[in-house]
Amino acid sequence: MTTVRAPRAPRPVILTDSADLTDPLELLTDVLVIGGGPAATWSAIAAAEAGASVVLVDKGHCGSSGVAATSGVGHWLVAPEVARRDEEIGRRERAGAFLTDRTWTDATLDVAWDRTAELPGWGWERRGVRGANRLFGTGPADRAFNGPAPDYLRFLRGKVKKSGVVVLDHSPALELLVDAAGVVSGARGYQRQVGRAWAVGAGAVVLATGGTTWKSHSLGGDVNTGDGHLMGAEVGAHLSSMEFSNFYGMVPFGTSMDKNGFFVHASYWDHTGAPIEYADLHVSRAELLSASTQGTITAQFTQFTPDLWPQLRAAMPNFFMVTDKLGVNPFTERFPIDWVNEGTVRGTGGLHVLDRSGTVGVPGLYAAGDVAARDRIVGAATGAGGPNLSWAIASGTWSGTSAARFARGAGTAGHRHGLTPAALTRTGTIGLHRAGPGTDERAWRSVVAATQAELLPITKSAFRSAASLTSTLTVLDRAWAAAPETLTGRGATEIRTREAAGMLAMGRWASRAALARTESRGMHTRTDHPDQDPHQTHRLLTGGLDEVWVAVDPELPVTGPQPVPALTGATS
Amino acid sequence: MIEILDVDRCTECDICVRICPTNVFDAVEGGVPVIARHSDCQTCFQCEAYCPADAIFVAPSRIPLRPGSPMADGDALRAAGQLGLYRDRVGWRTTPGAAAVTAAAEPGAGVAADQPSASPTVSSTPPTPPTAPLPSSSVDYHRLVETLHRSTP
Repeated sequence: MTTVRAPRAPRPVILTDSADLTDPLELLTDVLVIGGGPAATWSAIAAAEAGASVVLVDKGHCGSSGVAATSGVGHWLVAPEVARRDEEIGRRERAGAFLTDRTWTDATLDVAWDRTAELPGWGWERRGVRGANRLFGTGPADRAFNGPAPDYLRFLRGKVKKSGVVVLDHSPALELLVDAAGVVSGARGYQRQVGRAWAVGAGAVVLATGGTTWKSHSLGGDVNTGDGHLMGAEVGAHLSSMEFSNFYGMVPFGTSMDKNGFFVHASYWDHTGAPIEYADLHVSRAELLSASTQGTITAQFTQFTPDLWPQLRAAMPNFFMVTDKLGVNPFTERFPIDWVNEGTVRGTGGLHVLDRSGTVGVPGLYAAGDVAARDRIVGAATGAGGPNLSWAIASGTWSGTSAARFARGAGTAGHRHGLTPAALTRTGTIGLHRAGPGTDERAWRSVVAATQAELLPITKSAFRSAASLTSTLTVLDRAWAAAPETLTGRGATEIRTREAAGMLAMGRWASRAALARTESRGMHTRTDHPDQDPHQTHRLLTGGLDEVWVAVDPELPVTGPQPVPALTGATS
Repeated sequence: MIEILDVDRCTECDICVRICPTNVFDAVEGGVPVIARHSDCQTCFQCEAYCPADAIFVAPSRIPLRPGSPMADGDALRAAGQLGLYRDRVGWRTTPGAAAVTAAAEPGAGVAADQPSASPTVSSTPPTPPTAPLPSSSVDYHRLVETLHRSTP
């Protein structure tokens, strides 16, 4: 038998690309990927490797948009050795308060391990030895993947384009399209720099739109506004672990620089100068957040000896660029810090993925990266950069492969490529244009402001109670009911109203799930239920639009080999 | 947030317009891009990294600076070698370029290709950080930031 090279991916078909901008750009493709970060690009690469034609649409610019491009590339890479895996996964299980599933974590680490090994063959060159991998305590057999963040995403963009994928930048998606049988078959959106609508008919769609941070100005995170979650819910997808949606990142005071790698073991003092004790900043930051409600707290990276400072500076060029601009030396002086809400980016909630095909349970629709829940990997504690990046590779690869297979006909009655966008049905509910001129700027800005006022302040979001959550839901539910009048933009404004709708929807799911978890676990702190409840060692699903429901996930955590300890309220 | 787009250094390549994740810039036909939507800036520093001419300075504040802030003084920032600082730190500055022309005598400017700048000191006096006394209050933290930046010291 002859060895045959995988055929180069076919090109999508351009149906309409008119000089008249009142005509939408229309394309036909096997796979449509919505998003442009690591999960989206890995998904597009996998789909192209599987022989599918691929279109990728990014709200911003694929390669510079999203939190990974701005933040870092330190993947969680663990060698496929039983002892190392047990040690690393066990640590995440305890930190995640035993809501995780080690079969998923193992599978994620396998894909991340294998795929990152291919990068040098694709032309990636590591940007020199930064030394950070040794400092973060990886094992001697573990491979580290380091480098400045913009390099990695710029490289992935190049690989995506070389794979034959058509990339549309500054082309946010607004709603999914379905065929007569309800199978997800494309999407429509708007090209904000060109000034025209776009529509894609696709055999399958991958949502890789990132988490939601409610425009808190976390580093690179303002583009992540829940659009993908809303689109998925509108066709019937569910969400998981939405109560783990309120992680806060430390930043030098007044900045966006929430690189927390060195913050997690730093020293802190409250506004009187008294030291603040804390347990585990990966699990919960309640001690620091609580002190912050009383006044400005300060930090200092006292955990490192001076001989390490040069390589630490080189390991986080973005963080030290900021402190240099501020005229602060974080190693030698106490500097004031405050917080940015990192929502479901460092939180773990998102679209519920049913299995490792990446399906969300709706035919033709898959999810990858931070838009998906990562609770099976990290549970109630933050994934932060490492696990999220490895999850992006794994879930991106699973979803891209599955989407390609679905689109090209395996398992369905023949190849579905060929449905023109005009023949499809729109599925969007709120935040989209209806008729007439559309609502004005003040209307959507006030919805965004009202949503942020409920979700961003640490007094409301970090420390929850039945009373505060109920009050928040009253505000958000009222805004939702009024949305058909307040959030109906046209043209480029439809992007704004849809973002406002996404943030509002995410706020409602997060708050309802938080109300349902009547305990404190990981990042979810209930002042009215301060202890961890061993009877709530399960994950919570949520969904619905006008009526939001919350239910216990029948799929149980898979942890071990140690038995889950009888929990008395102490966090691990 | 982005504060400086140096029109003398700008070569009108429009890369900043293309790569800004939140579409802050508008390209200008035959001219230098404008900061059209400053309030959409998310302080992600990508433009400062991507600008090949070291024409951009992004202040670390995630909210607008108070009037008269030294981090909005383009001449002082350029003289101090602050424009394009992030580009230098991620190792994308391939030639000494404009940074060395205006700051040739300063050590640390004009870093050679692919050598991350490991020096812990900025090449000259960094901009003065805000000197207002740190507030101490039980007010919500995000409003606290606004109060700090908008109060007169």
